[in-house]
Amino acid sequence: MAKVTAGVATSHVPAIGAAIDLGKTQEDYWKPLFEGYEYVKEWVKETKPDVIFLLYNDHATAFDMDFIPTFALGCAEEFKPADEGWGPRPVPTVKGHPELAAHIAQNVIQDGFDLTFINKMDVDHGLTVPLSLVFGQPEEWPCLIIPFAVNVVLYPPPSGQRCYDLGKSLRKAIDSFPEDLNVHIWGTGGMSHQLQGPRAGLINREFDNEFLDRLVDDADELAKKPHIDYVREAGSEGIELVMWLIMRGALDAEVELKHRFYHVPASNTAVGHLVLENKIPQ
Amino acid sequence: MSKRLAQPYDDVPGTIIFDADMARKGYHLNQFAMSLMKAPNRERFKADERAYLDEWPMSEEQKQAVLDRDYNRMMALGGNIYFLAKIFSTDGLSFQFAAATMTGMTQPEYAQMMLDGGRSPEGNLYKKEGE
Repeated sequence: MAKVTAGVATSHVPAIGAAIDLGKTQEDYWKPLFEGYEYVKEWVKETKPDVIFLLYNDHATAFDMDFIPTFALGCAEEFKPADEGWGPRPVPTVKGHPELAAHIAQNVIQDGFDLTFINKMDVDHGLTVPLSLVFGQPEEWPCLIIPFAVNVVLYPPPSGQRCYDLGKSLRKAIDSFPEDLNVHIWGTGGMSHQLQGPRAGLINREFDNEFLDRLVDDADELAKKPHIDYVREAGSEGIELVMWLIMRGALDAEVELKHRFYHVPASNTAVGHLVLENKIPQ
Repeated sequence: MSKRLAQPYDDVPGTIIFDADMARKGYHLNQFAMSLMKAPNRERFKADERAYLDEWPMSEEQKQAVLDRDYNRMMALGGNIYFLAKIFSTDGLSFQFAAATMTGMTQPEYAQMMLDGGRSPEGNLYKKEGE
């Protein structure tokens, strides 16, 4: 059977992708950030996921203002890196797992979460920057990846509680798929940032660090945090953090914290990163 | 004109939340910006901005805000930052540059603020605190 074994949370700032693509990771500005990802690079080699279920948001790339799905499941065989206006990032095409995606749709929709099916979609930095941070610059991504796009651009996004509950439903669905697969679930975006208006540049270390603490061991309560708290305290784009709750919902109630990292700034944004494992029964 | 109800985020200072009301108002502005994802459109826009804008059913105010590269104005008229990013990308400018213009700071000043840990939440959470 398939099994969700671990979760990764990370910010997905586009400038990080540019730093990787342009070979700037050892520059003074970027070095401390990339050092924070050394652990996960080794960890992922040891834990070898077969499939990553990757939660991210599209940034006006695949979805324009005509259709904005709240929860969109990538069901295709493959997903090409998007041209976001200056040419696609030089990263491999993402290979999906359509059978597992179909199984997830079958189960999660009947469990009460009305997902949108996506059969063709280019994926933007929201998805490819986390892959680059964890896997570096390989010829091919070393595993299959199911993209799952969450609307956090057009307000209101789904609530934290809805995201957390969706995570639980995803977990049940994935763990009932009849193929031996080691599945990791990644939540991306955040942490505090505001890209717009006179308040642009807001960073809230206290909010971010409390969120990191509580995501690990107080997630049931953290899920109840209302939107306004994210918007007010973590910035208009800090609302992306609700995606981390989907990841957390898909893990065990108790998890082992393998790695934690926090850094300010990456361009306009506070970067947070967690590696969590389910406690494997002996 | 608007029958919009008050929202809890109305008193967050220096911030426009892109909700369904704003999305309706800014639909054509955002779709225009989205069109700049395609290289031939970028070239036509750069060759004659006014003529390209006139192809879109946007308000005159929206068109002027684009011509002025007044991002705060564009957002007040329904623009969303991820869509508007296509405009400053077409200009070859970074997110940090655009963010700096929205705050009234120069880019070096803004970049230094970020290096120093970003804009503090202190005094920046409620309109009544910082106006």
